[in-house]
Amino acid sequence: MTQVTSSMTPQAYLKSLSRWRAAEIVFWLATLLPFFLFPSYLSLASQIALAALFALSLDIILGYAGVVSLGHAAFFGVGAYAAGIFSKMVWGEPLTGLLFGATLAGLLGYASSFIIARFRHLTLIMITLGLGLLAHEVANRAHWLTGGSDGLQGIEIWPVFGLFKFDLYGTTAYGYSLALLFIFFLASRRLLNSPFGLALRGIRENWVRMPAIGAERQAHIRKAYTIAAFMAGVAGAALAQTTESVSLESIGFQRSADVLVMLVLGGAGRLYGGLVGATIFMVARDQFSGIAPQYWYFWIGVLLVTVVMVLPNGILGGLSKLTARWRKP
Amino acid sequence: MLPPVFGVLFDGIAYGMLLFVLSVGLSVTLGLMNFVNLAHCAFAMLGGYVTVTLVNELQWPFLATLPVSFLAAAAASVVLERLFYRRLYRASDLDQVLLTIGFAFISVAAAAYVFGTIQQPIQTPPFLRGSTGFLGLGLSNYRMFLVGIALVVTLLLVAGLEYTRFGAQVRAAVDNQRMARGLGIDVDRTFAVTFALGSGLAGLGGSLAIDIVGLDPSFAFTYLVYVLIIVSVGGLGSIVGSFAAACLIGISDVAGKYYAPELGAFLIYLVMVAVLMWKPAGLFGRR
Repeated sequence: MTQVTSSMTPQAYLKSLSRWRAAEIVFWLATLLPFFLFPSYLSLASQIALAALFALSLDIILGYAGVVSLGHAAFFGVGAYAAGIFSKMVWGEPLTGLLFGATLAGLLGYASSFIIARFRHLTLIMITLGLGLLAHEVANRAHWLTGGSDGLQGIEIWPVFGLFKFDLYGTTAYGYSLALLFIFFLASRRLLNSPFGLALRGIRENWVRMPAIGAERQAHIRKAYTIAAFMAGVAGAALAQTTESVSLESIGFQRSADVLVMLVLGGAGRLYGGLVGATIFMVARDQFSGIAPQYWYFWIGVLLVTVVMVLPNGILGGLSKLTARWRKP
Repeated sequence: MLPPVFGVLFDGIAYGMLLFVLSVGLSVTLGLMNFVNLAHCAFAMLGGYVTVTLVNELQWPFLATLPVSFLAAAAASVVLERLFYRRLYRASDLDQVLLTIGFAFISVAAAAYVFGTIQQPIQTPPFLRGSTGFLGLGLSNYRMFLVGIALVVTLLLVAGLEYTRFGAQVRAAVDNQRMARGLGIDVDRTFAVTFALGSGLAGLGGSLAIDIVGLDPSFAFTYLVYVLIIVSVGGLGSIVGSFAAACLIGISDVAGKYYAPELGAFLIYLVMVAVLMWKPAGLFGRR
């Protein structure tokens, strides 16, 4: 993290934030490694990339704007179901399906943002939880459309650009997910290192003072929430397309809790937090997949308690504290 | 002769009373410290499992286990409060949510490990089984017992809050924490005691719930949703509010299941979102 000094103008501060650092370039080059090192784990890598995209979308509202959401999976699930149903009813072209799913999620996010932007604290947590549960219940009840608890089956996706077929090994799937993650990461990076991103951080830090210095609090939160919903929709839609199925689990409370865990584990409000957290979370879950799911959550619980008590800013927060100490003699 | 709608109403009220016992502790602690405790129903689940173990393994009578479940949940909450919660009183909502969700996850996994994921059977004493006829309605004995307990709990709570010194301290701390501190009230201690009492009540609620809704490891999350709905609809720190909200949610849930089963859980979620949009601080909340 760049230190803010009093002599720095806001423009210079933003510029210093948006400069690409060596570690970032190394990180993105490393995302290409699975193609060569772990060719048999590409489907997992693809799911990690999409989980990271989902966590990144939550980071925009939670890490930057300070809007705690316990129902973010609603948008992920809407994107997934919309893309799945689109491929069954219209055609299997992936990019239009993706756009359809994400747009629907974004519209839903825009509609609910009018409610979200008005509240804080417990009321906000309750309303996001309630809206998430409502979305889950709709998907569960609309059996004729979504397949209910049986899941949505029989999705067929055409090759991307008519060239790259989704294969059994997940090569295309990972390429597709990674490209999406990178594109939306660039977009969020640009967005959050702009005056708009600064305004969001200001709202997070002081909810009352921001309107006093002329920042439209509710309008800013509405925008951020809609963008986050759209991105969550992209992640959901891409998961539906790459796995060619949608389960009820993709819209449930557990999914909302998981993404929160990933983001907090990595470090909220740091762009890369969700990416790092999602990688660790998904790899750990894959490694421990022998454990029955109900016991896996024991470790998630322990992890959450540890992160809150010991590493309040997640892994990245802890690392940056270490490096700051190291640099200062 | 009363029409069957009164039977539904009675069941709804009885269910609401159960939810009230489960949620009133959270309401008061939230009002006191603004501490978002999502592990509240984990304490309820603990109480439930204490009762199940005592009744099924040690052949205790059901009624005798109720105070034990209260004490067990209260004791567990004191330990967690001293070790973890107190450090986060001034932390952000997010940290509190994460810590307590963590405890809820741990409790679910531990319960699944110790007791398995099956529904636990419970043997209630003979006089609580069956039903009594009243003006043509068959009122379940257990539900009447439940309403009785809830009324006793409400009376005790209201009397305790209104007429004791400790109750006055709690009310002062809920109304204006800084002022209360300024007057020399040890708000942290008040909170710790209230927290233990509230968790104990949750434990009692967990024991009482087994006969009505069953007990399995998912209890900590399934009923958390109901409890949070009641707390936020009723308003933080308001016993009367929780009582009214518990009745409202209990009746809407039972009536919804009788008359519009296709609506499923929609009804209570809609009631909650609608009430919160109309009154963000809840029906009886002041903040």
